[in-house]
Amino acid sequence: MGYVAVTGGQAAIETANSLTQWYRLKDSDRSLKVEDIEHQMRQLINRVMGEGGLYAPEYAAIAVKQAEGDPAEAAFLLRAYRSTLARNYYSETIKPEKMRVIRRISSSFKDIPGGQILGPTYDYTHRLLNFDLRDEDHRDALNQILDRLSIDPKHKSEKLTFQKVTDLLRAQGLVGNPDPQEQEPFDMTRQKLTFPASRSARLQALSRGETGAMTALAYSSLRGYGAVHPTIGELRVGYAEVAIAYPYDEKESLYIGEMMLTEVETINSFTLNDDGAITFRLGYGLVFGQNETKAIAMAILEQSLETKGKSPTQDEEFVLLHIDSVEANGFVSHLKLPHYITFQSKLDVLRQSQKISVEKKKNETRDFKGQEV
Amino acid sequence: MDFQLLQTYNYAFLDEGSKREIRRAALKAVAIPGYQVPFASRELPIGRGWGTGGLQLTLSLIGDGDCLKVIDQGHDDSVNAVSIKKLVQTCTRITTTTDSEQATIIQTRHRIPEVPLRKDQILVLQVPEPEPLRRVEPREKETKRLHAEMDYSSIWLRLYEDIVRWGKITIGPDYPAMANHRYIFNPSPIPRFDLPKLNRAAGLYLFGAGREKKIYAIPPYTDVTPLAFEDYPFETEHFEGCACRLCGSRDTFLDEIYDERTGEKVYQCSDTGNCRKRQEGRHSDE
Repeated sequence: MGYVAVTGGQAAIETANSLTQWYRLKDSDRSLKVEDIEHQMRQLINRVMGEGGLYAPEYAAIAVKQAEGDPAEAAFLLRAYRSTLARNYYSETIKPEKMRVIRRISSSFKDIPGGQILGPTYDYTHRLLNFDLRDEDHRDALNQILDRLSIDPKHKSEKLTFQKVTDLLRAQGLVGNPDPQEQEPFDMTRQKLTFPASRSARLQALSRGETGAMTALAYSSLRGYGAVHPTIGELRVGYAEVAIAYPYDEKESLYIGEMMLTEVETINSFTLNDDGAITFRLGYGLVFGQNETKAIAMAILEQSLETKGKSPTQDEEFVLLHIDSVEANGFVSHLKLPHYITFQSKLDVLRQSQKISVEKKKNETRDFKGQEV
Repeated sequence: MDFQLLQTYNYAFLDEGSKREIRRAALKAVAIPGYQVPFASRELPIGRGWGTGGLQLTLSLIGDGDCLKVIDQGHDDSVNAVSIKKLVQTCTRITTTTDSEQATIIQTRHRIPEVPLRKDQILVLQVPEPEPLRRVEPREKETKRLHAEMDYSSIWLRLYEDIVRWGKITIGPDYPAMANHRYIFNPSPIPRFDLPKLNRAAGLYLFGAGREKKIYAIPPYTDVTPLAFEDYPFETEHFEGCACRLCGSRDTFLDEIYDERTGEKVYQCSDTGNCRKRQEGRHSDE
């Protein structure tokens, strides 16, 4: 059968859209509650918010439900919604050093002031499929967990804040990153990313990059296609306060809420850059929610981009232009659109080239034997 | 869904600030034919790489009283064209048509309608890869410099090497051309058959690349010269001896299709709107 243009497009896409809804619901007897997705699919929500570039757990949960759990599709829904919103305020600089920490570790030091706090992590779980989850009773499970933790849920826990590990190194003059500069950050939602990109543009692109793509690229750098193989100075997860300048008095600030962030600072060899300084260089990762692998990958990639060399992760266009979930998914999937006009044009070139090639061969044989074969 | 779009979103979906920014980029593009103007492309509710650049141009230009035609592969009823047209309709109060002569704005992918554009019409083309030099240089930083210095030796060399290896230039669709003797540009993946339509045309051609965040233009009466050599001239696709099985046309771009029953190769017009009009014309003549 030939590749024939489908007619009746309108009816076809309406039916396809309805079928998507049908397949979403047909095999269950109830619809998923958005709040369950929001609170029990925490990692997926974190990922979708980060890649969608919008911190909105409930909207992310709706997107996940609508996308049947496809993170790329959900991030796209969030991004498309976000792009229509008016920009009313810019927040003040968020201070992760004042974060209400739920987890913080350092792999550079055995002991750090305040101690290592594991917090919620899969790192030390044994990856055995837990069949008990099949019939989990919410209340029973929760009570058991509380018993084990010996926590009284009504008791308000103290707020944990810690000095940053890298500040210790900084105080001893062991860290050589340039001093922070107060300047208006690049806004990649309002300007096209151009190259060479400013540091704030790079960090922004990485912060909303696709987790899997960034992990793969960072892995390539660690394994040998690159120079960066850091130690984690500190990884912290917690809630940071968000404030805006008070509209009637710029000196005052207005607290508008808090957001969960993962912040990573990596320590990199002083030999990476040929600037003569014998100090460590810090890599930086900051992402929405608890998404530790992405935050580490970000810290690796941003330092990799600071070094010169020929590996893929040292090329800022290669890294920054290919890690966007919405763009990569959109363009790869666009190949499903009809291409029969371009194909016809390529077919024409192929047929003409074949003709030329046959004639050329004929002439060559004639030249060789002095007569036509 | 339709209700929600009207309630929640602005007229023509984008906020007014975004529309203004896109129109400014388009004006700059008109002022420098063939130059790719960067813009902060917005995410839209259709796939990135599925026509968001063209759609942003359409949405920022369209208003009450406009009549829109959307085609994909020349076809009004192709699924993505239908989807785009429906989105624009849902968040505006415009009318739509399949007749390219009725339309004030035509958004298209991969084709230029057969009937020449009038000066009161705008053709918006969806562009997957705006950079003609991407064929020879992957880095944006480099290609920007090459355009600025008008250093086009690498693409000329590519065409020359084609001739040495294959006996002809092997670029099929999206054939690079020179705009106003200054910038080489990609005309978007239209067939070579459509490229001459851009030369000294009466209407305005706007090109939008959403994913790559570029807008460029061929304004009316601009010289557009396909890249070619004196001894290897530019050639369009060959349809010698073929005619549309529906309207009998011999001077339009034809789709090559295989008859489901007989497996025989047949041809029909790619521009379905024009083909239908020709068929109707033929019937009324009889």
